[in-house]
Formats: sequence, C-alpha cells, structure tokens
Amino acid sequence: MLVFLLRRLAQSVFVLIAMMIVVFFGVYMIGNPIDILISPDATPAEIAETMTRFGFDEPAYMQFLKFVGNALQGDLGRSFVHGESAVTLILSYMPATLELAALGLFFSVAIGVPLGVYAGYKADRWQGRAIMTGSIFGFSLPNFWVGMLLILIFAVELRWLPSTGRGETVEVLGMRLSIFSENGLKYMILPALTLALYKASLVTRLARAGTQEALMQDYVKFARAKGVSETRILLVHVLKNIMIPIITVLGLELGSMIAFAVVTETVFAWPGMGKLLIDSILTLDRPVIVAYLMMTVIIFIFINFTVDVIYTLLDPRVRVKGEAS
Amino acid sequence: MSILDVRDLQTHFFTDAGVVKAVDGVSFSLSAGEVLGLVGESGSGKSVTGFSILRLVDAPGRVVGGQINFKGQDLAKLSDREMRALRGNRIAMIFQDPMMTLNPVLRIETQMVEAVRAHDRVSHKAARDRAISALAKVGIPSPTERLAAYPHQFSGGMRQRVAIAIALLNGPDLIVADEPTTALDVTIQSQILAEVQQLARETGTALIWITHDLAVVAGLADNISVMYAGRIVESGPTDAVLTAPAHPYTQGLLGSIPGHGRRGERLTQIPGMAPNMARLPDGCAFAPRCARVSDTCRSSAPEITTFDGRRSLRCFHPLVPMTSSA
Ligand SMILES: Nc1ncnc2c1ncn2[C@@H]1O[C@H](COP(=O)(O)OP(=O)(O)O)[C@@H](O)[C@H]1O
Ligand SMILES: [Mg+2]
Repeated sequence: MLVFLLRRLAQSVFVLIAMMIVVFFGVYMIGNPIDILISPDATPAEIAETMTRFGFDEPAYMQFLKFVGNALQGDLGRSFVHGESAVTLILSYMPATLELAALGLFFSVAIGVPLGVYAGYKADRWQGRAIMTGSIFGFSLPNFWVGMLLILIFAVELRWLPSTGRGETVEVLGMRLSIFSENGLKYMILPALTLALYKASLVTRLARAGTQEALMQDYVKFARAKGVSETRILLVHVLKNIMIPIITVLGLELGSMIAFAVVTETVFAWPGMGKLLIDSILTLDRPVIVAYLMMTVIIFIFINFTVDVIYTLLDPRVRVKGEAS
Repeated sequence: MSILDVRDLQTHFFTDAGVVKAVDGVSFSLSAGEVLGLVGESGSGKSVTGFSILRLVDAPGRVVGGQINFKGQDLAKLSDREMRALRGNRIAMIFQDPMMTLNPVLRIETQMVEAVRAHDRVSHKAARDRAISALAKVGIPSPTERLAAYPHQFSGGMRQRVAIAIALLNGPDLIVADEPTTALDVTIQSQILAEVQQLARETGTALIWITHDLAVVAGLADNISVMYAGRIVESGPTDAVLTAPAHPYTQGLLGSIPGHGRRGERLTQIPGMAPNMARLPDGCAFAPRCARVSDTCRSSAPEITTFDGRRSLRCFHPLVPMTSSA
C-alpha cells in the first residue's frame, strides 16, 4: 500500500513538471501582453520600461526558470490586471466554482443512478431503451446550448429561476457560499443542471451497465432464491456493487467538472474560476492563466488520489489486500 | 403424501441457435423428508430443473409445459409475490459455486438477516439470533464474530456452509441443493455431505441433491433419478438402481466411479461427448454413445416404462429383466 502511494506520488511530480513546461511555453506563445498593458500611444521608452518591470525583456528560458523558482515557493506570479497574487485571486473565485461543481455532481448522481439502475433492470423493455436514447442527448448536446435552453424555459418563459449571476451568499468556514442560502441556491440550480447533464448521462450509462452485469451474477439469483424482494435486490445488492465504479469515475470527473466549468460559468455569468480564466485569456493576463492551469493539475492529482483511497474504503476486498501487504 | 410433485416439466431456452429443450418432460416426486439424488453429466438439465422449481429460470429460458405441485399448490399459478414468499422460506436452494453465491460487498450478517426478514416480521436482533444458531448448526466456529465478516474472509467450504445455513434459516420443507460440494475438495465435500444428511434427517426437510457424481448420492439419497439430455432416463430406489442399473447410461456412470466395480476391473468411461442440446438426434438422445444401440433407438425415442413397482426407465434395451411392470 505504501509502495503504491509513493509510486503515485512520484508519478504526480512528473506530471506536475511536464505540465509546468507545457503550460508556461504554451501561454508564452499566445501573444504579448504588453500590447494590452500599455496604451497604444506609449513611447518606446515607456514600452521598454514596462517590459523590464514585468521581466518580458529576458529570454523565454530565463523567464521560465524564474517562474519555476517562484512557483516552488508557492508564488505563481501577480495578475497584470488585478495587481493581486494570481493564486490569491484564483482562490477567491474558487468557492463559487467548487459549490457549483458539488451541486452538479449531486445532480448527476441523483439523476443518473436511479435512471441507470432502472434502465439496467428494464434493459430489454421500452423503458430501458427510452432512457438510453435520452442519455445520448445528454452526451451530445453542447453545454452552452443546454444552458441557453434552460434559461429560455425556466428563466424567460416560466420565470421560475434566475438566469445569471450569483445570488445571496453566506460565510461558511471563511468562504462565501450560496449553496446554504435559499436565494443563492435558486441561482445555482440552472448552471448546476447544465453542468450535470453530461455527467448524469455518463452515470446513467455506467449504472445501467453495472446493473445489467450485477443482475447476471449468482449472488443476485441467490438473493432471489432467499425470497428477497426485487426492490431490495436493486437498492442493496446491486447498488452497493455498482457504486464502486461509479464513485471512481465520478471522482475523476469531478476534476474536469471544476476545471472545465468554463463554458457553463460564462453562459450563466457565474463568477467562478472558469469565468476568471476566460476574462484572463481575453486580457492576456499570463500569470492568472498559468496559475489556473497549474492549480487545475494539482486538483486533478489530489482528486485521483482521494478516489483511490475512497475506493479502498468501499471495497472490502481491496481493503484486506491492503492490510495484508 | 408427496410435498413436491413435478409432472412432465418442460423448460426451453429460446436462443438464436434454436430452441434448446434443457428440460424435456421431467417427472418426479418427493415425500416429506425424502432425499432424491438427481444425477447426470454436466449440461443434462439438472440445474435448470432446480431453477424451474423455484421459478428462477433466466431469460431466454422459460417453463413451457408441465406442472409443479408443491404441497398441493400449482406453483405456476402463484403470483410473483406469492412465489417470493415461498422462496427461501418453504423452498430453499443452495448453489454450486460458493465463491459466487454470496454478495462480496455485504456482510454475512446483512445477507442472513435479510433472508429471515424477507419472510418474518421479526426484529433485527431476533433475525440475528436465528442467523447465529444456523451458523452454529452447520459447524461454523464462533458464529457471533463471523457474522460481521465479508464473504472473502471465508474459505470455499466455509462459504458453502454459510449458504447452507441461509437455506436452513426458515426451516424449509424442501431444499434444492445444486451440486453444493462439487467446487470443494474431497474431505470438505464428505464433511458437508454428512452434515447436510444429518440436518435434513433431524428437521425432516426433503432434499433434492443434484450432482454429476453417482458416488456422492449413493449413501445419501433414498431415490435416484438419472438425467440425460433433459430427460430422466432411469429412476428408482438408490439401492436398486446402484446394484442393478437398467439403463446403459446409468451403468456407464457407475463404471466411472472408482471402487464401485469389482476388484481388478478397469474404470470405464462413457464413450463420446455430452450431446449438443441445440441439435439432439432423433430417437434416443443417448443412442450415439450407447453400446446396445439398435435401429429402433435411432428412429424413435423410448417412452417411460415402470417396473419392479418403484422403478422407471426410458430404454428399448434394458440391462435387467423388466418384471412385474405396473
Ligand atoms: N442461459 C442459457 N441459455 C441457453 N441455454 C442454456 C442456458 N442455461 C442452460 N442452457 C441449456 O440447458 C442445458 C442444461 O443446463 P444445466 O441445467 O445448467 O445443466 P447441468 O445438468 O449441468 O446443471 C445446457 O446444456 C444448455 O444447453
Ligand atoms: Mg448445473
């Protein structure tokens, strides 16, 4: 177990280094921020002065080494636009994205698992087929389109829910969250649903495949031979078995949910990290872009790690192997 | 009075390759406390027969004909709900592979308590007590502690004991034991065999013991039914069938048991392979492998004849004289 954890840690470090290189030079390529930082009618002397101040006059590799040196001390640079430390800036936008992702995750499980289990149970019937057809839409409809459709229906036509921005927030553990206030929650529903749609389809398919497989197992037949009801077989015997792969995949997907909430946040003007990224790209705010990507990588690594641990806790067979080694 | 009466049972599988008549006109009956050995090579339809009784045949299979009467009620006429109330309560089943029958992610306690509470509205505590005493009955040491364990913490033999304990939980009238010892090694096999025999005798539970090994049922069963290609080809009291088999197939099965034939005799094997159930020959299904085959056997299938009062046979060329046919 320890060996396994150490190996995972070493892998993570490699990924981190590789990402640093890719991210830094990738962002370096997309344009010269100086064009945006100073007014068009600045004198060459002013331009040169600004270049020196931000260190743009040095060769790329020197800039990179400096970046790595600072990064190792937890400093990913200062936003050109906001003047704040990029990390602090991103962290201040993070709670909004995290709570949106959490609610999205909740929706995708709450929608996907029951639909999938039912579809697996009725795999050969029209109910099962209908659910599977529906999930294809969930997979293929683009996020922004779904978002706009939801806005059109629930905000514009029905006027049930607000469409943009973030409602009231309450302070919890030093973070401003809207998930705990009724008004704030209303603002979250549409973007969270939009974010959840793809994952819900994924969960539906996973749950269906898992259910179908579990239903063929001897232990289900034995449970039936014991006289256990179909409901209990599905809710206890099947569900407990399929939750292991579902949690694994969802955990991995949580990373992408946080990292790529970009489109959804833009459509709903949700002030999260994704929206910050888009704004930073538009202003070529290099440190923020780089810091965002680096933090995304770290989140991914952290989540994968956590998933492994949860997986171990869920599956008694893995648990014992771990204890033995 | 018989507690189970199976008449002309037909269970077919509707596969892409055609209709497989896995069970094709099987009849037998059991009285209370009786042990019936259902014997035949793998693929002969023994398990499907067992599952048909519990109404647990998986698609694409279906019971398409015959009658199963359990304590006077026609099982086919019961609603799903009524059938579920019977399963695990009046009729229990033990499966072949103990590694697969218990749910790997649920504790033994969960799996035993639910079996009690599916039929009895008792407290968790009461159900748990019943589980503990059932585990003790099948010889599981420190049952109270073992309840908290997961299946993978038990050996194969112990898991099968758990499955047997589950079958005993509600004091059923009938247990269908589908090759419960086949996957276990020989010493454990005989231990479990002896225990089950004793338990069945104590509780007066009727037992259908399915096996491919005649030797296993020799000391256990009151009656034996020998199955071949979905049909019972010979049945009768165990002693009579074993000492004077009437069907060439039964004789073949006996010939492959070590120590059964006379001293110095070689073990014989039935020539040929178990038939492809999707394309059975016309006439007697055993004809291609039979030493006594004649033209009649290839063109028409033998009907059931009874003889000796309590024996029956499907063969044109019996190995024993057919006396006093009733
Ligand atoms: N799910 C299935 N699909 C198609 N055919 C099946 C299925 N299950 C069983 N059969 C057929 O039924 C026959 C009898 O199977 P089974 O009762 O399991 O044999 P055994 O005597 O070894 O227990 C098999 O030879 C096979 O042809
Ligand atoms: Mg079988």
